[in-house]
Amino acid sequence: MFRYIPNGDDDRKSMMDHLGIKDIDELFKDIPETLKFKGQLDLEASQSEPEVLKYFEEKAAANCSLTQLTSFLGAGVYDHYIPGIIKHMVGRGEFYTAYTPYQPEISQGTLQVIFEYQSMICDLTGMDVSNASMYDGPTAAAEALLMATTQKKMEKIILAGAISPEIRQVIETYMKYRDIEVVTLKEEKGLVDFKDLEAKLDQDVAAVLVQSPNFYGLIEDVERVSEMAHGRKALAIAYVDPISLGVLKSPGEAGVDIAVGDGQALGNGTNLGGPYLGFLATTNKLVRKMPGRIVGQTEDVDGKRAWVLTLQAREQHIRRYKATSNICSNQGLNALIASIYMTTLGREGLKEVAMMSLQKAHYAYDKLLATGRFKPAFEGAFFKEFVLLADMEPEVINQKLLENNILGGYDLSKACGVDKGIMFAVTEKRSKEEIDRLAELLEVM
Amino acid sequence: MRNYDKVIYEVSKKGRRAYRLPESDVEMKPVESLIPEAFLRKEEAPLPEVSEVDVIRHYTNLSNKNYGVDTGFYPLGSCTMKYNPKINEDVAAMPGLSQLHPYQPEKTIQGSLEIMYELQKALAEIGGMDETTLQPAAGAHGELTGILIIKAYHQLKGDFHRNKIITPDSSHGTNPATVATAGYELVEIPSNADGSVNLEALKEAIDENLAGLMLTNPSTLGLFETQIGEIAKLIHENGGLLYYDGANMNAIMGKSRPGDMGFDVMHYNLHKTFSTPHGGGGPGSGAVAVKQHLAKFLPKPVVVKTGEGYGFDYDRPESIGKIKGFYGNYGILLRAYTYIKTMGRDGLKYASETAVLNANYMMHQLKEDYKLPMNQVCKHEFVLDGLKMDELSGIRTLDVAKRLLDYGYHPPTVYFPLIVHEAIMIEPTETESRETLDEFIAAMKAIAREAKEDPELLKNAPYNTPVRRVNEVLAAKQLVLKYKDSL
Repeated sequence: MFRYIPNGDDDRKSMMDHLGIKDIDELFKDIPETLKFKGQLDLEASQSEPEVLKYFEEKAAANCSLTQLTSFLGAGVYDHYIPGIIKHMVGRGEFYTAYTPYQPEISQGTLQVIFEYQSMICDLTGMDVSNASMYDGPTAAAEALLMATTQKKMEKIILAGAISPEIRQVIETYMKYRDIEVVTLKEEKGLVDFKDLEAKLDQDVAAVLVQSPNFYGLIEDVERVSEMAHGRKALAIAYVDPISLGVLKSPGEAGVDIAVGDGQALGNGTNLGGPYLGFLATTNKLVRKMPGRIVGQTEDVDGKRAWVLTLQAREQHIRRYKATSNICSNQGLNALIASIYMTTLGREGLKEVAMMSLQKAHYAYDKLLATGRFKPAFEGAFFKEFVLLADMEPEVINQKLLENNILGGYDLSKACGVDKGIMFAVTEKRSKEEIDRLAELLEVM
Repeated sequence: MRNYDKVIYEVSKKGRRAYRLPESDVEMKPVESLIPEAFLRKEEAPLPEVSEVDVIRHYTNLSNKNYGVDTGFYPLGSCTMKYNPKINEDVAAMPGLSQLHPYQPEKTIQGSLEIMYELQKALAEIGGMDETTLQPAAGAHGELTGILIIKAYHQLKGDFHRNKIITPDSSHGTNPATVATAGYELVEIPSNADGSVNLEALKEAIDENLAGLMLTNPSTLGLFETQIGEIAKLIHENGGLLYYDGANMNAIMGKSRPGDMGFDVMHYNLHKTFSTPHGGGGPGSGAVAVKQHLAKFLPKPVVVKTGEGYGFDYDRPESIGKIKGFYGNYGILLRAYTYIKTMGRDGLKYASETAVLNANYMMHQLKEDYKLPMNQVCKHEFVLDGLKMDELSGIRTLDVAKRLLDYGYHPPTVYFPLIVHEAIMIEPTETESRETLDEFIAAMKAIAREAKEDPELLKNAPYNTPVRRVNEVLAAKQLVLKYKDSL
């Protein structure tokens, strides 16, 4: 017996009697004989709950998780504080076992959550409109660029140099098979090289994408990128860390056309890379070019305020080949998490998280430089993450740190060719004591 | 609190707090000394300010306005709304499995890599394929991955002229949309009335520019595509590849395999067939498996077994590249593998058999009152063509669906597939008891009676829901997409 399948042999038999069949295989008689799978799947037999749990507990024990390690690793995924109430709300079956809210009368919960999510993403980014989420930051960036190429009818895009390899690689995959040319800017001290931008920004460019804080943690002059892009009739796209927006100028204030980013830091666990969510917000002008679901406010027949999926004529189930994107399932539950996070932290909390991360990162920066083992890699202002040049291989440093239950920095020498470059991320969760210990270990290494 | 009607901003009051962070233990410097003023935010983000109690009440009340599989029967065709086992959630929440950074050294995530490796293997086995990527985040994302793999295959052979993908007009909307996203041209061919591929139309559509065909089997009408052997032969003989849309896999686990049918590449909807929750719209997972000849094109990295254990293989020069950040919706992968282990080879087959039995049982009972375009054995779902009554009554499928809400059910999928005018697509899944099926059948029959006796009752339904029929035209006309936009 299988506990998720209520009907037992008796039910099965009486239902088959009802259909006038004797053998379940009569229901599969339409499958041509040669295509019937006759053997047994090469999988294990079914297991009981204790057996299944034991297997996964063993696998968990073979990992070394952030419950055992103090993390200074970021590079796009951050160990921020997650309010305990989130799991209690997200764990409500009414939310997580629901489908996409296509039946608005019994989906007002999900619809209102998305509407509030859109509102809070707009608050944070300073943009006019947001969709209901994308798969993650990198795919949101790719979709934003496709949006721009459609809007501008141009087949060329420009990427800032210092964007995360995850974002770059996903964008390259999406563009390569559409024959869209991807131009990458040179870096100038870890930032956008504006001379290079000036040179490359010709009239065939649909959009310029800049990440800020960029992959090295440095704050880019998004406003200047935006002005230059607009000067050549291209769109400006900013990829931002939502937490940074508690302190840093919003994409809206910087005048960009599309703001994207990864919402992991908004209450989502690190989860070995997913599920997170991508956010995508834009101007009123571009709303009809947006990919994905959007919720709008309306009323029911009695005049009661209600919410419903709107502008569906952009989407695949209506528009098919002419849709703005093929996205259907998004990251709804992660958007719920982000909503609860933004609600819980609120106006003051988000500033506080951003401010504490900023201050602690700068404390750590000074402390690590004081060990004498590092030199700064760049001069620019940074938010919660910074790159140092070590006097030994980052791999060796990280190994030693790991032996002391510390998850060290991101090794830039391997991934980005910055010789002996190592990048540390410091969130509000790291205490002075933890940072001091990191510095002590590095000093005597 | 049934009438709870507040937006979170309307609960907000200055100074309220739902969080508490530790006091800063480092020196707090003036922010202007750390960041140039030009980079600082001028206007505060006007997020709400509420207490913890407000947060809990707000979301609890919103959840009460929702309907999930945990609430009741959800016969939403094509979506496989089966029960979402709770042990899946427990496993996904295990700190040792979830609190992992994607850039941690591989030696610190051996347990997770092993799970992913085993899941890759298990999915390939179920589909009759050879290698798997777990990276795609959803079904449509899997489709995109698969179609790009087809493109990479042709391009490597120098066949850049192969620029057309064929799909039947009964296909899921994501199929043609994926064709566009992948930068291909679409050739949509008409289906036969039973939703099967029209072989003549297919032959006509095939030319030297053929790149591939996308197909669902069972079809979107819930019927097995019996000509699949011939179709595969036709496509392959003309140099094309076959893509399998795995949305309807719940009908055939352990009974028939896409790989054996001749498909070269396929996706799985882990959030349908493998019981992971739909989450109110996501996250899903659209793992993709391929036959050996396409393995080198899979997105990187793929999880492999190495001398020392398990690792990510990035050294794949012919790979289409990355399709998503990191390694996929890992938390969903954990849930799916929990399900596969719980059900086992015997349970998966039993699940498909039961899903098909449940669908046939319901179809058999409903065809008295509803039009059944195809009166033959169905697979895991079936499509009705509206009520069996005078069309002049003006009662449409939408009215039946809305009336079902008053009976406490989530309605079936309606008006899809497009080739059935008044389509009602019912997929009961295997996780519903006979009693539930009987009660739903009784409700459908009662509605058929109401349609004759009191049509207005249906036209104005629903009556017992948190809101009644909503004005979609108004929503699209006067866009209010965030709080305080003027209506």
